[in-house]
Amino acid sequence: MTDWTRASAAQMAAAMKAGEVTSVELTQAHLDRIAAVDADVHAFLHVDAEGALATAREVDEARAAGEELPALAGVPIAVKDILVTQGMPTTAGSRILEGWEPPYDATVTRKIREARMPILGKTNMDEFAMGSSTEHSGYGPTRNPWDLDRIPGGSGGGSAASLAAWEAPLAIGSDTGGSIRQPASVTGTVGVKPTYGGVSRYGAIALASSLDQLGPCARTVEDAAYLHEVMGGHDPMDATSLDEPVPSCVDAARQGREEDLAGVRIGVIKELSGEGYQAGVEQRFEESLELLKARGAEVVEVSCPSFEYALAAYYLILPSEASSNLAKFDSVRFGLRVEKATVEKTMGATRAEGFGDEVKRRIILGTYALSAGYYDAYYGSAQKVRTLIQRDFAAAFEQADVLVSPTTPTTPFKLGERLDDPLAMYLNDVATIPANLAGIPGMSLPSGTAPEDGLPTGFQILAPAHEDARMYRIGAALEKALAEQWGGHLTAQAPELEVAK
Amino acid sequence: MKALTYEQAMEQFDPVFGIEVHVELNTATKMFCGCANEFGAEPNTQVCPVCLGLPGAMPVTNEKAVESAIRLGLSLGCEIRESSRFARKNYFYPDLAKDYQISQYDEPTCFEGSLDVVLDDGEVFTVGIERAHMEEDAGKNTHKGGTGGIQGADYSLVDYNRGGVPLVEIVTKPITGAGARTAEVARAYVATIRDIVKALDISDGRMEQGSVRADVNLSLRPKAAAGEDQDAVPFGKRSETKNVNSLRAIERAIHHEASRQAGLLLAGKPVVQETRHWHEDTGSTTPGRSKEEAEDYRYFPEPDLLPVEPSREWVEELRGTLPEHPAKMRARLKEEWGFSDTDMRDAVNADALSLIADTVAAGAAPQSARKWWMGELARTANDREVALAELPVTPADVAELQGLVDAGTINDKLARQALEGVLAGEGSPREVVESRGLEVVSDDSALEAAVDEALAAQPDVLAKIQDGKVQAAGAIVGAVMKATRGQADAGRVREIILQRAGVEG
Repeated sequence: MTDWTRASAAQMAAAMKAGEVTSVELTQAHLDRIAAVDADVHAFLHVDAEGALATAREVDEARAAGEELPALAGVPIAVKDILVTQGMPTTAGSRILEGWEPPYDATVTRKIREARMPILGKTNMDEFAMGSSTEHSGYGPTRNPWDLDRIPGGSGGGSAASLAAWEAPLAIGSDTGGSIRQPASVTGTVGVKPTYGGVSRYGAIALASSLDQLGPCARTVEDAAYLHEVMGGHDPMDATSLDEPVPSCVDAARQGREEDLAGVRIGVIKELSGEGYQAGVEQRFEESLELLKARGAEVVEVSCPSFEYALAAYYLILPSEASSNLAKFDSVRFGLRVEKATVEKTMGATRAEGFGDEVKRRIILGTYALSAGYYDAYYGSAQKVRTLIQRDFAAAFEQADVLVSPTTPTTPFKLGERLDDPLAMYLNDVATIPANLAGIPGMSLPSGTAPEDGLPTGFQILAPAHEDARMYRIGAALEKALAEQWGGHLTAQAPELEVAK
Repeated sequence: MKALTYEQAMEQFDPVFGIEVHVELNTATKMFCGCANEFGAEPNTQVCPVCLGLPGAMPVTNEKAVESAIRLGLSLGCEIRESSRFARKNYFYPDLAKDYQISQYDEPTCFEGSLDVVLDDGEVFTVGIERAHMEEDAGKNTHKGGTGGIQGADYSLVDYNRGGVPLVEIVTKPITGAGARTAEVARAYVATIRDIVKALDISDGRMEQGSVRADVNLSLRPKAAAGEDQDAVPFGKRSETKNVNSLRAIERAIHHEASRQAGLLLAGKPVVQETRHWHEDTGSTTPGRSKEEAEDYRYFPEPDLLPVEPSREWVEELRGTLPEHPAKMRARLKEEWGFSDTDMRDAVNADALSLIADTVAAGAAPQSARKWWMGELARTANDREVALAELPVTPADVAELQGLVDAGTINDKLARQALEGVLAGEGSPREVVESRGLEVVSDDSALEAAVDEALAAQPDVLAKIQDGKVQAAGAIVGAVMKATRGQADAGRVREIILQRAGVEG
């Protein structure tokens, strides 16, 4: 009997169309897998078996009745807990929202429902997406299916781990400084941060509004492309949403698989290598470059000198915006309330109890950075750095069609290893943050495993704003070349998890 | 320390003042969401994820509100910024759903304007406008138990219906040179703003409902010695009196603050820079939050919204839609209607100008229109303690009523009865005249019968009339009018009496 959890989303969709499997069977297989492994992985904060199966049944009935269905109809999906889902608990990984059931759907939630994809549940994340390891979740960490002692990345560790553990074929992520790409990198999966504004943020609980972007998580570039097209598009409810057509990601991925890369210029960002980068990570990165060259691409080196300041600027802009975005968690209208004598004391006590340390650290940082007398030196300067980084990218894209780097400097570290050293934790996002500061799209796909530890390494592709399709073309081309070498996708190389009885 | 009268304070000091006016726009929906912008609904029924500040929700700018703000800015002679931004003003308060207010900070849409206000004696005073910016209103807290204040309340309720209602805040530059006329200028300024927003139809301009609200800043400085430049004397410490919400209260608040500050200064005590609360009942102010402990609002550009970038073409198009400046309109109407200064001032103060204008437009003569609105209707409004415009009678009704009088269908007395019916909701004047049977009795035979009856009842009066004392006929007229319940034409009755008495008039 086929284990459908090992198939790609595209294969599942095709098999349902061909009548080889039903959505109920697919959905049940994933629910069974979750039941079997999630006690160890802890990718999910909430599993909605009933809701997922109900959607699956409707899809099966509709298909049986000969209805025209969307491309991914019946393919189950996991949703990061940052996205509000009507009638399904939404916590953003925070105790302050424990038990909250939103009275409305995020735009992307609505689109998933309209695409008729059964929602398996909500995935774990660092509290309010602040973190690179999912250890800052208010509900306990997620573990990396490649090695349960290691972090699955963050903040979207739950979404990435659910894919690597075969608990879901597709997942929604959000990326403010790498929260889709870094987890993809360390779990050997694919993650895409679209152009800022390419996917509606309406109903995504805001971390840093000018940096946040929702995107697809998958095990293959093609699957990510399908999901990207479901999620994307203009939304009148999000003023920052782009009023332009959804990029043709699926076509671009097909082109990447089928055609060579003659005439494509690939720019290697000089600053994103060397000191701090693990040898095995750089080795796999170099090998991937060779594969791209072999398919006809031209590889050039580009320099982005302002990247040196990206992390510093990011850790001023993000906390500033977050300190304001998280003010609404005041106990008055929803969520936790720690009742005290006055409303001020109640607000204070609720926030003291409901927020974790990392959230408090960033709120304090942001409140300070925005204060009168400090604003210009901190927030103001950070915005200037942002402009410089945008200029660096503009200049680099004069020389290359896409830019590339390792997604993360290292393979996943051990749980607890960097908890007491926030700066070391922050450094894990050094290669992913610039794309958020510039609003450009980025993708991470597996480039192999590091010889020294056997853990996944990621390859990052960045494209100019609005040119998301380019990443899919290059990514699919590289993925195909790597798969030919490996005889399949990287996730197939992951050690089998022990299945609970 | 002895409080001085306003006049005494003005003799000793030179006042500097400024006014912030908040105008609630009358857009169909709120500033950043699709909820209805309506006054008076059940608490928390006009709310959605956006104006409740639920996690994940995002604002979208109401284009109509931007249009209203620009039209108002243009009416105040402001420049319209090609690109302006919203900013977040961060502070924790239960009525502020997101715990930040979306406002405009360093880049207001409208800036650098000026407004001419006309004082009662016709003098024109020019007020400098610093800015007019858009923002959202907060919800409304109600404190239960205790004194009704937040301190000592048993619990508090929050109504978010008003949260997110679009506002334009108009901030003046420091106003100097008004001297003893400061209170008058302040009142006239707010009245002019109110007239402008009503003429623009961007707000209902009802101060009593809080749709136009004012905060008044005032400081006193020593008068310059003879020959010295008053502008060279530095400003004193100012107080900011919040929520002064009627024209009369603005004058009173300035009187009170000037007297209070002058008393302090003369006693050698400092004026504290602070916000103060206005108390309508006592006509006085009490200290609020001191500015020294003022919060740091941590303003920064609102990242969820794009800049407001009105095209120059659109701004010019909007400029073309601006109504006449209220002061100019008044001068024109006064001329057209032939009103005296007093007529005009009374009409303006009673808020009757547009009602009269509409009544005239519906066909009534200006003096007749004025007579109804400033007479019978003003009295009724006063008795009912409502604004004239809130009475259940329209300018068209009043014009119709006057038309009936002019046609002789009813007389003045009957017209007042008809108006009573209209106000009681019995229908239009014509309908009331019909249903109440108010038409003047013009059937001579009916009148003759009534006259004969009255003369028969009072033979002594008949004798007097026939004796040449024609004025005695008045008693008979009165009797006939009584008998016909006022529905007779008194002039015609008198003619008939004289005929019947044989003394042709």
